[in-house]
Amino acid sequence: MSGSAWYGMYTLFKKEVRRFLKVTVQTVLTPVVTALLYLLVFGQALEGNVEVYPGVSYSAFLIPGLMMMSIIQNAFANSSSSLIQSKMTGNLVFVLLSPISALEFFTAFTLAAVVRGVLVALAVYLVAILFVDLPLAAPWAVVVFAVLGSATLGALGVMAGVWAEKFDQLAGFQNFFILPLSFLSGVFYSIHSLPDMWQAVSQFNPFFYLIDGFRYGFFGIADADVGLSVLVSAAFLLLIGGAALLMLEKGYKIRG
Amino acid sequence: MSSAVSICAVHKHFGALHALDDVSLEIPRGSFFGLLGPNGAGKSTLINIMSGLVKADAGSVTVMGHDVVGAYRQSRHALGVVPQELVYDPFFTVREMLLLQSGYFGHGRENHPWIDELLETLSLSDKADTNLHDLSGGMKRRVLIAQALVHRPEVVVLDEPTAGVDVELRQALWHFTKRLHGDGRTILLTTHYLEEAEALCEQIAVLNRGRVVALDSKQALLARCPYRTLRLAVDRADLALPDAVRALVVDTHDNCITLRLHKADNPIGDVLKAVQAAGLEVIDLSIEEAGLEEVFIGLTGEPAGETAEAAP
Repeated sequence: MSGSAWYGMYTLFKKEVRRFLKVTVQTVLTPVVTALLYLLVFGQALEGNVEVYPGVSYSAFLIPGLMMMSIIQNAFANSSSSLIQSKMTGNLVFVLLSPISALEFFTAFTLAAVVRGVLVALAVYLVAILFVDLPLAAPWAVVVFAVLGSATLGALGVMAGVWAEKFDQLAGFQNFFILPLSFLSGVFYSIHSLPDMWQAVSQFNPFFYLIDGFRYGFFGIADADVGLSVLVSAAFLLLIGGAALLMLEKGYKIRG
Repeated sequence: MSSAVSICAVHKHFGALHALDDVSLEIPRGSFFGLLGPNGAGKSTLINIMSGLVKADAGSVTVMGHDVVGAYRQSRHALGVVPQELVYDPFFTVREMLLLQSGYFGHGRENHPWIDELLETLSLSDKADTNLHDLSGGMKRRVLIAQALVHRPEVVVLDEPTAGVDVELRQALWHFTKRLHGDGRTILLTTHYLEEAEALCEQIAVLNRGRVVALDSKQALLARCPYRTLRLAVDRADLALPDAVRALVVDTHDNCITLRLHKADNPIGDVLKAVQAAGLEVIDLSIEEAGLEEVFIGLTGEPAGETAEAAP
């Protein structure tokens, strides 16, 4: 890739980051407050009654799940909402008229989604550790799953943003796909506490591996083998990323 | 003269609509080229294919020798497009938007003086730090022009640049467009205002229902209409005109007579002599040559701006 192409991609990435930083109350502060409210309500209600892992309080168990849920929802929202807004207002044309390639377009949007997802998760972490003791057993896993999760959902947001023609469709995608899969992936519980059938079903939810592997980074224990979680999450990213890239290469719904 | 834009046998369908049907044309380097046609004729589709926003079903397009599909980076570097719609990004100010657009084309700080010059030239300097959302329609149009020029393209496409703008801004845009052309750029203008094309363009292509129905110099196109209009103000209205002259009259109003004369068959001198021989004294006269409007109607069967078919 030439220097000019790198700079074009960097500019688009910078624009996407600046876009969400211009509305930080909506894009960062609100999801942080939401995650902390979950922590307050569920932590208070279940603290002392539930011990998911030996020696780990329920509030501590909950924090990594809430962080990954924030990553999932915000990384998806960043790329999808930016794309649909640009499509509906017509200003996507400025990028489409430029020499930025499909791969550069995809990379810029996905990396910006990673930045937002990680930023929100980091903010949740920094506030949560003021109140709850949280170990950090395998920092590499925290970083790897944070990046894999936000990149995958950023790519999924690119797909949804390209596909959707109105906000209603995007809301449907978010509320009937992203939200249930993230809630049913072990944010609030270990899948070992589920009946056998639901344990089996959970293992087909790719978000489960993201949350489980991320949690391993904090406690050093997890429901699934962490190596398997890395593989499944990386494969999911390749699948979603490949599909999103294919849509962009073909110009699906953005180049007539 | 080599071509700035070369369009060869381009076809495009939108469902059952054959939006472009075997369109071929060459736009010479450094020319001021007009692309005319009624709504739905295929002008915007053709521009969108040139700029990579739409893919042709068949045929090829090159900009400054670069294929718009195979060498899209080079072709897009060579092309600046001012879109027809007043689109903008409400998150950014004028200067931010220009810096971003410049960055998309790989330009960094070295391009800042050019951005400042564009802001100055387009009278946007005092609005540079204003959010685009807060600008008037005319100002937004200027920003679109600045965005199209931010990477110094050799070919500039103006898609209906003066649609919906006031007379003052239209004059300013004409002036600026002439300056761009004077700087050596190739200009492609689409417009519904035929007087605009007549005033600015050297060469004109007329599209109708997806086909090129005329491609010629402005003079040659104007020469296609062999008629001119003669308006006479005479001293009295009660005298009868000779039969040969009466056959040419298209309108009479008080003491004014409007005649449609064939340039070859009805010399003005003969008509004036016949009128005077009938006892009328000519107080005043004016001659109006055929304009693009008449040529356009002759080619497309409808006035400019009328909808021929549903635009895709």
